[in-house]
Amino acid sequence: MSDLELFRSRVRHWLDMEAPRNGWSYDDDTAELTESEHLLRAQKCQRMLIEAGLANLTWPTEFGGQGLGLAEQVVFNEESRACNLPLRPFIIGFGMCAPTLLALGTPDQQSRYLPPLLAGDEIWCQLFSEPGAGSDVASLTTRAVRAGDDWIVNGQKVWTSGAHFSDYGILLARTDPDVPKHKGLTMFIVDMRSDGITVRPIEQMDGGARFNEVYFDNVRIPAGAVIGTVDDGWHAALTTLSNERVSLGAARPLDEVAGATELAAAARSLGRFNDAVVRQEVARVWIAGRVVELLGERVTAAILQGQIPGPEGSLSKLCRTEYTRKASRLGSKLAGTSAIAWDGDSRAAQALLYTPSLSIAGGTDEVLRSIIGERVLGLPKEPVGNDRRPLRESTRSKL
Amino acid sequence: MTLVQSPEHTALREAVGDFLARHLPFAKVRDACSSERTHNDEWFRFGAELGVLGLAVPIDHGGSGASLAEQAVVLEALGGCLALPAYLSGEILAPALLMGSADPEAVKLLTRISAGDIRVTVGLTAETRDLDDSTSSNSWNVRATATVADEVGPGRYTVNGVKTLVPDVHGATAVLIPARTAAGLVVLAVDLAAPGVKQRSLTTLDITRPMARLEFDDAAAILVVGPETADAVIEHALDLARTAIAIEQVGGAQACLDMTVAYAKTRVQFGRPIGSFQAVKHACADMLVAVESARSAAYHAVAAYQSEEFPIAAAMAKVVAGEAFVDVAAQTIQLHGGIGFTWEHNAHLFYRRAHSTSLWFGDADSQRELLIQRLGF
Repeated sequence: MSDLELFRSRVRHWLDMEAPRNGWSYDDDTAELTESEHLLRAQKCQRMLIEAGLANLTWPTEFGGQGLGLAEQVVFNEESRACNLPLRPFIIGFGMCAPTLLALGTPDQQSRYLPPLLAGDEIWCQLFSEPGAGSDVASLTTRAVRAGDDWIVNGQKVWTSGAHFSDYGILLARTDPDVPKHKGLTMFIVDMRSDGITVRPIEQMDGGARFNEVYFDNVRIPAGAVIGTVDDGWHAALTTLSNERVSLGAARPLDEVAGATELAAAARSLGRFNDAVVRQEVARVWIAGRVVELLGERVTAAILQGQIPGPEGSLSKLCRTEYTRKASRLGSKLAGTSAIAWDGDSRAAQALLYTPSLSIAGGTDEVLRSIIGERVLGLPKEPVGNDRRPLRESTRSKL
Repeated sequence: MTLVQSPEHTALREAVGDFLARHLPFAKVRDACSSERTHNDEWFRFGAELGVLGLAVPIDHGGSGASLAEQAVVLEALGGCLALPAYLSGEILAPALLMGSADPEAVKLLTRISAGDIRVTVGLTAETRDLDDSTSSNSWNVRATATVADEVGPGRYTVNGVKTLVPDVHGATAVLIPARTAAGLVVLAVDLAAPGVKQRSLTTLDITRPMARLEFDDAAAILVVGPETADAVIEHALDLARTAIAIEQVGGAQACLDMTVAYAKTRVQFGRPIGSFQAVKHACADMLVAVESARSAAYHAVAAYQSEEFPIAAAMAKVVAGEAFVDVAAQTIQLHGGIGFTWEHNAHLFYRRAHSTSLWFGDADSQRELLIQRLGF
């Protein structure tokens, strides 16, 4: 048995033992848990993974990782897909903040922040987007002004997942408004409990509140908290965002909305599964879901064979959006009157209301298509408009 | 084969691609469309040299004992330049039917095909009006074929009926066809030169893929697959055809995308390359999504060959690759603008191939229905 297969059997054995007794299954209902209960579940799970030597697989051992390769991570993902490991609160920290610190942090920053981050003891968030800087993140206007040994930050961030339970965040702020917009940015580590930070939840159209607005009112950040170089924050942000695409592109089960099997069962129980149109639509949903899975499996197969994955990884988010749209629309059609008004819960209505977020979060479908066109297909960039002018001169700026 | 190509597959792809670029440029493929000429001779010389003939035929029968995975590499390359459609009928479908045979004489035909001595095509399509099941409009419901055969001696039959959309009849010596007998469905081999066999060339939407209508009037035939296994062998051959077509479609769709992206980078309007406009760029990105979705589904079907999942994977591949190719080929014409609508440009050849192959062996709707049945929902 190869080392990789040995590793696979070790993962499988551990999950077989621990997942059932810890309630890490999609059948376990966690909807009633409070946020702090979710957090405790996450931290307990991470501690158990660490004890078993199954946490932070690809991370260097000096920061508490296992020093293993991507192949082991792929194997772990495959094996744990059927479980519902409650690690969601760590997604931003593990997937975006830690890789940025590893790539650009000073040795002091790395030894101070990485071990507790990777242990799940300290939770991190990411503070890039602003009301006036969504897809065009580089036009952000939150200001950081040097004051002696510190920086003073003023401004507003938005769409920050988990800001209300985070200990630290990586903040992108403007440090020089007199140069073109991509050049005058700096990335900072910010203590989320600093004076002057106010976190307000954003109520979503589907009733949830997973994101926040974060206000900075004369927040003091020490000079040592700069990640990378002052005024070179765009480079740091690209590092973070490329990791976001990797972690969002990773194959996750398509469980947010009712899938083809469930829709077929619903159609049958309604006596509508003899309807050729319904059968066609169920097949369309099944195929769209299978395509998303297969795109992910191709990335996995390439990594396991030591090859560099092709463009398929960057496409899976677009395909995922399309799948969810098809599935939630068919779900609502089958639900019929009970997607209009219901007693108790309506999964179909919930799916309809959740769907629009997928083509916006983590880069809109439009931005992704431009990225695919330019970086994968090599098509010419858009003409630059006012991009090269200092932000202070652009009409919207209030700097 | 897995979902990614191995280094050996990459080497094979490059060798085949190299041959095609040197010997079968579009000019030659187009030339063949307007005449009865084919490029089989060059292909057979090259194929013998490289050992890509009889890839899926066991070594005992003169093949190289490789697998569908290697054939898929060849098919994808052929699909990219619209060349040698006879590969599908002669190298993939005919061997699949012959290998289903229990008769040593029939199996020997494999050796002769692999050696390039004879060329055999397949006629799996009944004319719709032949179907006695008038409720079915599915021409690929082979069990309902109205072609009938009577046994006149051990393994010898006379056959009556019509097959249509028979590919690559020109240059072929025999055709394999399903027929109904008193004992049930069988597969027969008919010598195309035999008395009682009439052939008529059809005008084809895909001008690179010649097809004919064959009429059998008390024509002599020999048994290839008997009634015990014919149902399963034919069903399997149809799924193989769907998979092979899906692979060919991936090659065609990729060629369309490459052609379109290259054009969008160089065609200048309003003072800039049209590929810098979001409307064009996003259309190209969607084409890539379609191509890679098709590739995922088609490679998966090849990987699932011989497994329980194959019938499901084949139907899905036919849907995904067919719809992708149709969309991508239409966008190729659109994004080329006026030049894309000219006879001179190659875009219409792909558009024709896309629509023709999407309908052949079952359109997307029929495959979705098949998929639902096979999934057992």
